Amino acid sequence: MTRKRRRLYMVVVGMVCLAVATGLVLNAFNQDLVFFYSPSEVAKKPPVAGRMIRIGGLVEMGSVKRVGGGPGIVFKVTDGKFDLNVAYTGVLPDLFREGQGVVAEGALDQSGALVASQILAKHDEKYMPPEVVAALKKSGQWRENEAASANAAAALPGGKSL
Amino acid sequence: MATTFNLHRFANPARFMRLTDVVLPWLSAAAVASLAIGLVMAFRAPPDYQQGETVRIMFIHVPAAMMGMMCYACMAVASAAALIWRHPLADVAAQAAAPLGAGFTLLCLVTGSLWGAPMWGTWWVWDARLTSVLILFFLYLGYIALANAFDDPERGARAAAILSLVGVINLPIIHFSVNWWNTLHQPASIVRMGGPTIDPSILHPLLIMALAFQFIFLALWILRTRTALVRAKIDTLRQRAAAASGVDRG
Repeated sequence: MTRKRRRLYMVVVGMVCLAVATGLVLNAFNQDLVFFYSPSEVAKKPPVAGRMIRIGGLVEMGSVKRVGGGPGIVFKVTDGKFDLNVAYTGVLPDLFREGQGVVAEGALDQSGALVASQILAKHDEKYMPPEVVAALKKSGQWRENEAASANAAAALPGGKSL
Repeated sequence: MATTFNLHRFANPARFMRLTDVVLPWLSAAAVASLAIGLVMAFRAPPDYQQGETVRIMFIHVPAAMMGMMCYACMAVASAAALIWRHPLADVAAQAAAPLGAGFTLLCLVTGSLWGAPMWGTWWVWDARLTSVLILFFLYLGYIALANAFDDPERGARAAAILSLVGVINLPIIHFSVNWWNTLHQPASIVRMGGPTIDPSILHPLLIMALAFQFIFLALWILRTRTALVRAKIDTLRQRAAAASGVDRG
């Protein structure tokens, strides 16, 4: 019985030590574990021009514009406080639209705008059929920013507001 | 004391065989029935307002992800029981669970990738959620490899059990990765503060599918454990027969 108890304590103590060690390591690498930065973070601590970064936020309503009739577009990524100009030429994912979450990967140019080499759409955690959305819109309960605010929350560092 | 005694009762392989003789057919029937109902519901569910028909991938992806993690938790509990109490059944059960968990996790990764390509615009990104699930998959593979890497199966089982306990730390990381760090993967929709954010017409098929996957896992886990026990018995009988014939010749 005592040997069993000793083994039990060893396993428990081992697990606790491991959990603490992992927690410390993850905490130390916190900044490197985020997949993207928000426009606010870029405004606070501008990265070096030319270095690859990812910016995440919402595509600002009404900001998407085609450039010179070609395949290139420009738009603004916002997190509600700051926004950032993004230029991109290439194929856009299905979910890319105004008011939706987006992650743009690229480098800042001299003017502070992001020249993106890849655009990823970020989906929120809401799932519903189109009829429900229509019904919500009809009854006036649908707010365009509601889905948007969930994304904006996710775009903030660590998703603190969740 | 009483609980330890009870645990010992169920850890007895002969008792386990007798109990599962009765339980396994019912579990298998429940798995088939719930999967049939779940699949019909999944195809009758309405499309999503943003994703369209692609949302149906979720009916496989989310249950597979849940079972990948659930299976690891089962494996780790069995491993702990094997390490601490040396139950004869625990190592067998832990090793029987590993390939199932690896399968579920691979299914989760593949279906997630198929969803990500049209929706996100990429098959794969190295964000915290995707990377931690990939680590889970490698933990399963490492566990299977380690358990079979020793000439003495008992040493292999012990090493693998320790590895599986170390890997438990990955489970909370997977679950909370979407809250702790910003990831491309969306936050939790079902297990979250303030209730699910999925419309009932899409949530209900998903829950039935999750239940079906649960039954499938339990049925297969019990079946694999029984097979391993029978195999061990045959091996013992063979060795005994070989030893007896050796004695006869001598």
